[in-house]
Amino acid sequence: MAKVKGAIVIDKEACKGCEVCLAACPTNVISMASEVNGKGYNFAYPELKEECTGCANCAIVCPDGVITVYRAKVEA
Amino acid sequence: MVFEDIIKTENLVYKKTSFMTDNTLSYCPGCGHGTAHRITMEVLEELGLAENTIGIAPVGCSVLAYDFMNIDMQQAAHGRAPAVATGVKRCWPDKTVFTYQGDGDLAAIGTAETIHACNRGENITIIFINNGIYGMTGGQMAPTTLPGMRSSTSPYGRDVETMGNPLRITELVAQLPGVSFVSRQAVHTPRNVRKAKKAIKTAFELQTQKKGTTFVEIVSNCNSGWKMTPVQSNQWMEENMFPFYPLGDIKVPEK
Repeated sequence: MAKVKGAIVIDKEACKGCEVCLAACPTNVISMASEVNGKGYNFAYPELKEECTGCANCAIVCPDGVITVYRAKVEA
Repeated sequence: MVFEDIIKTENLVYKKTSFMTDNTLSYCPGCGHGTAHRITMEVLEELGLAENTIGIAPVGCSVLAYDFMNIDMQQAAHGRAPAVATGVKRCWPDKTVFTYQGDGDLAAIGTAETIHACNRGENITIIFINNGIYGMTGGQMAPTTLPGMRSSTSPYGRDVETMGNPLRITELVAQLPGVSFVSRQAVHTPRNVRKAKKAIKTAFELQTQKKGTTFVEIVSNCNSGWKMTPVQSNQWMEENMFPFYPLGDIKVPEK
C-alpha cells in the first residue's frame, strides 16, 4: 500500500527559535539545534525525518512562515 | 524514497504566500502577529482579492505591517485606521478594504473611530489582535488587560477597584446594527489557525457582498510583555485569556 511521506525545509537563518512548531508537530519530527543561526537563535530542524507525514501543521503555526512542506506517496 | 528526494516542486504542499514580503518580521519570536498577517494574506490570495485590496496599518507593534504585507497599504494615525478605511472605501467602493489593529490601537485610543465606523456599517473588515497589553511600548496595562494580570504599569496585578474593568470591545461591537459578522479566534495551534482563517475568509466574503462591517478578533500572546517563553505564553493564554475572551462566532448574518 502506498504510504504518504512528508518533508519539511526550515529556513534556519529566518527561524527565531520560538519552538511553537515543536508543540504543533503530531509526530515530534522537529528539534531545536544546539548551535545558533546568524541572529543568535537556536533554530528548529527536522531531526526524526522518517516520521514526517507532511501534514503542514508546523508551517501553519510558524509565526515567521519559515517552513516549507512537501508530501509524496511512497510505495511501501 | 528518502526525505531529501521528497523535496521537489511537484510535491510542494505549503509555502509562505508571495503576498507576504521576504522582509524579516519585526515581531518577537513566537508572536501571533506573524501568523495573523500570513493567514490574512492567504485568505486574500485564495479569494483572488489580494491585487485589489487596500490594507490600513495601525500604530503599535504591527505599525510596519505595510513592510510585510505585499499589497497596497496605507498607514493611519494611532487608532484612526477605521476612519481612514472609511475614506478609502468610500473613494473606491470596489476595493476590498481592511484594517489590522492591536488592542491598544483599536480598544483604547481608537475606541470612538471603531464604534462609529461599525455603527455606520462601513463596508470594511476589521482584524483586531488582542494580547491584553501595550506590547510595543513596554508591556503597559491596556483596556483589555485581565483582572489581576501583571503588566509594567500594574506590577501587582490589575486592580479592578482602581484601574477599572477590562473592555470586551468585540461583544460591544457585535450589538451594533451596522455590523454583520463578528468572530473571536486564536492562532496558537494549527486547529485554531484553520478556524481563524475560515473566520477571516467569511469576513472578506461578506465585505464583497456589501453586508456592512465585519470584525474578527484574534486573541494572541505577547510573550515579551507577559515575561514568558512563547510556549508558556500560549499556555497562559489558553488558561487565562480564553475564559475571559471565549472563542467562537459572536454574530453571524441571518440566512
